Amino acid sequence: MNSLILRTTTRLLIGVLLLFSVFLLLRGHDLPGGGFIGGLVGAAAIALYAIAYGYEHAFALLRIRPRALIGVGLSLAVLAGILAAFAGEPMLTGLWWIREVGPWTVKLSTPLLFDVGVYLVVIGVVLRMLFSLEEH
Amino acid sequence: MLTAVLLGFVAAALAPILTPTLGSSVGWAFALVPAALTAWFATHLPEIAAGGVLSSSVTWVPQLGIEAAFRLDGLSLTFALMISGIGTAVVIYAGGYLRGDRQLPRFYLLLFAFMAAMLGVVLSDDLITLFVFWELTSLTSYFLIGYKHELRSSRDGALQGLLITGSGGLAMLGGFLLLGNEVGTFRISEMLADPAALTASPIYLPALILIALGAFTKSAQFPFHVWLPNAMAAPTPVSSYLHSATMVKAGVYLLARLAPGLGGTPAWFWLLTVVGTLTVLAAAGLALLQRDAKRLLAYSTLIALGALVVLIGVGGTYGAKAMVVFMVAHALYKAPLFMVAGNIDHEAGSRDVTELKGLGRVMPVSWTIALLAGVSAAGLPPMLGFVAKEVAYETLLPHVWALAALIAASAVMVVIVFLVVWRPFAGREVTAPKSPHEAPLSMWLGPVVLAALGIGFGFAPDVLAQGLLVPAASAILGADASFYLALWHGVNTALILSIATVTIGVVLTIAWGPLHRFLVARLGGVRFGPAGAYQGFLDGLVRVATWQTRVLQSDDLQRHLTTIIGFAVALAAGTAFVRGGLALDLPAVSGTLYEFLILILIVVAALATVTAHTRLRAITSLGVVGFGIALVFTMFSAPDLAVTQFLVETLMVIVVALVLMRLPSTLLRGSADRSVRSAAAPIAVLGGVLLTVLLLAVLSVPLDQTIPAFYDAASYPEANGRNIVNVILVDFRALDTLGEITVLAVAATGAFALLRRIGARKEPEVAYTAPRGSEDDDDGNDEPREGKGSEA
Repeated sequence: MNSLILRTTTRLLIGVLLLFSVFLLLRGHDLPGGGFIGGLVGAAAIALYAIAYGYEHAFALLRIRPRALIGVGLSLAVLAGILAAFAGEPMLTGLWWIREVGPWTVKLSTPLLFDVGVYLVVIGVVLRMLFSLEEH
Repeated sequence: MLTAVLLGFVAAALAPILTPTLGSSVGWAFALVPAALTAWFATHLPEIAAGGVLSSSVTWVPQLGIEAAFRLDGLSLTFALMISGIGTAVVIYAGGYLRGDRQLPRFYLLLFAFMAAMLGVVLSDDLITLFVFWELTSLTSYFLIGYKHELRSSRDGALQGLLITGSGGLAMLGGFLLLGNEVGTFRISEMLADPAALTASPIYLPALILIALGAFTKSAQFPFHVWLPNAMAAPTPVSSYLHSATMVKAGVYLLARLAPGLGGTPAWFWLLTVVGTLTVLAAAGLALLQRDAKRLLAYSTLIALGALVVLIGVGGTYGAKAMVVFMVAHALYKAPLFMVAGNIDHEAGSRDVTELKGLGRVMPVSWTIALLAGVSAAGLPPMLGFVAKEVAYETLLPHVWALAALIAASAVMVVIVFLVVWRPFAGREVTAPKSPHEAPLSMWLGPVVLAALGIGFGFAPDVLAQGLLVPAASAILGADASFYLALWHGVNTALILSIATVTIGVVLTIAWGPLHRFLVARLGGVRFGPAGAYQGFLDGLVRVATWQTRVLQSDDLQRHLTTIIGFAVALAAGTAFVRGGLALDLPAVSGTLYEFLILILIVVAALATVTAHTRLRAITSLGVVGFGIALVFTMFSAPDLAVTQFLVETLMVIVVALVLMRLPSTLLRGSADRSVRSAAAPIAVLGGVLLTVLLLAVLSVPLDQTIPAFYDAASYPEANGRNIVNVILVDFRALDTLGEITVLAVAATGAFALLRRIGARKEPEVAYTAPRGSEDDDDGNDEPREGKGSEA
């Protein structure tokens, strides 16, 4: 679609949208958000970019094929589940690493890793379908 | 041990990344992984030989009593050493055999994944863990047989292997569950501790048959043997590794592993010996029809597998001893023979043994290996194969019919050996499709070592026996076995039978030419029972699928949806009717003005959707319905749901916009089938009414507060999260989520494939036809039969 307004807006918005999607992903454990919603926002952002600039440019922006995103996401989710085995726990048991770093509390965990996996799979799935529609 | 298994999977994950950077030395570098595993397993040899056992376990699904439990005893160690040791040779070999192949990264990924899964099978001490690894070997085998996926024969062979071993695996799972429920544990070692409880139980026979089905399909026993020769479509490293040395022995392993608990009964004896003997005979007969070196070797593998099953069925100290010796001997000669066949194929351009001559002059190293391994395969002294055959004969002396079958098959083995290791190599003049030369170091080092072990252990079989085989036989026996092995037993019945075998073999070899032509002429076109049955089953399945797709899932979207909603309505209403109706306790209607406004908005938009004349209007109105529902979620404080709904609606608009660009704008009212159209409206209305009534009925029952209360209370203390929705998704019910994202990934792949097909639909549509198995085609070598690939 060749629209100057759309293109300019998109260029201004894309960064904010992607940042917002990561924000949603990270806050998800305590507040509305999470991997699924964050992934949908991320996918929508890139879809917007694809509409404004064509999918080749969106592809270039993404740098990684959606198909690979799906694979990486699934692997991360499985890895998050298997990590529990090394702590002697049943599969998918959450492991937590909580530290005070300066004024902030850093909470890292296998559920977060799992959620990152979900996030990537959702982006990958939506984009794979959209891009294959765009291709012809 | 978990680490040993996981190491293989880590190697599998890294293999595709490392392959391009390692270049031509990839085989050598990757061989370090199985070599390290071999060394690690070898360090446990003294401990196991002294009668020790290693075990470790990690809780996996404690609610179901399933553990990732591992146990290393003599039998497991024997298999583990074969898997990692031959794996080392195969990884090096593949580096040379597939040098420069575009798909090499994928190949190593699959090969390492297989190796890890196979180690998992032989180390598992938990039936469910074993089953998971077992299925993983079937899957990796599927991809490896289908490696050259542009060839129809590869794809068909892969599918056949997967269908047969997969169905067997399901039967086996049923057997495992029966056993587990009966004994109350899935731990193999605990289960086998009390054999009387198993054999006396009423579930003994069904469980035995189900588990045997799993073992027989995996180890290609008659009548499931058909998949193994067709699996020869795989690249040679795969054939020598999966389809002769390791995977096909998984069934044999399972029977041997469970023998102390399930064995020793008449049912066990007859089931195993009869099926094994039939396999031996069928394989020996069919082998005479072959000219392709790899298929000849595949049939000889079948003979060995059948013999192993017979020996396990016979049982006792003799049976256990004969089984382990025979198995190790077979692995040590068969893997090198396959690799030599691969060398011939690779360097001379053909595997048809009648097309090749004089290769020994140009490929002296390969010929030497072939001769060393071949002498062992033919059961001649001083090789380990000779010792193995003598012991097997001795074991079978009381069962003349099984012995006779084995003698006949061993005679055919002599013929196979002659055809593979003598005929293509002997002669002064070199005859081959392309000008052959010796294979590189990577393609003969592994087989040389294996063949040398065959001769070394032939001279000193007792070293092998005391170090490894006695503990292995003890595991099969369930009690301490003790025996000695020697190359020379003096003149006894077994030796006389051996001499007779070789004599028959030589006679058959001399008569092979006319015999082969006669058999091919008479039987070449005939599809033997099992192969024909498989084909018939597959054809029938495709016919039924085509029929039901045409009737229920037609291309016409309206008809398709009518079927789905119609069935849902009929089933739900029918259930409600049979159960005596639904109790409706309607609450008083109440709500705020905003809620009513949104409700009216949704209703109007829904009416606009069904009366719309253009696609754009229908889609827009439907979007309004969706946003209305999202607003409802917001009002009733379900922000996660609302956000998701908003986002999905937004993405829907994008998808639809993309689709609309390629569709006519009107709804094409007139084109659909009239009878369908007139049925669609009432069914749609019924569907809506049914859903409303069901929801009201659900609301009439007081909501069970225990579950929300649990999550409310447990969310922060147990999972460090305050957003219950997300905590449930990624922690409490993470397994469900894992399943869901897997489904998403599969759906995306499916949609991608469908959309590509639509994009590429230029050629006339061809109805899907069942793949043809190529069992016993008389052309033997079916590689060049290119399928008309339908890939875009």
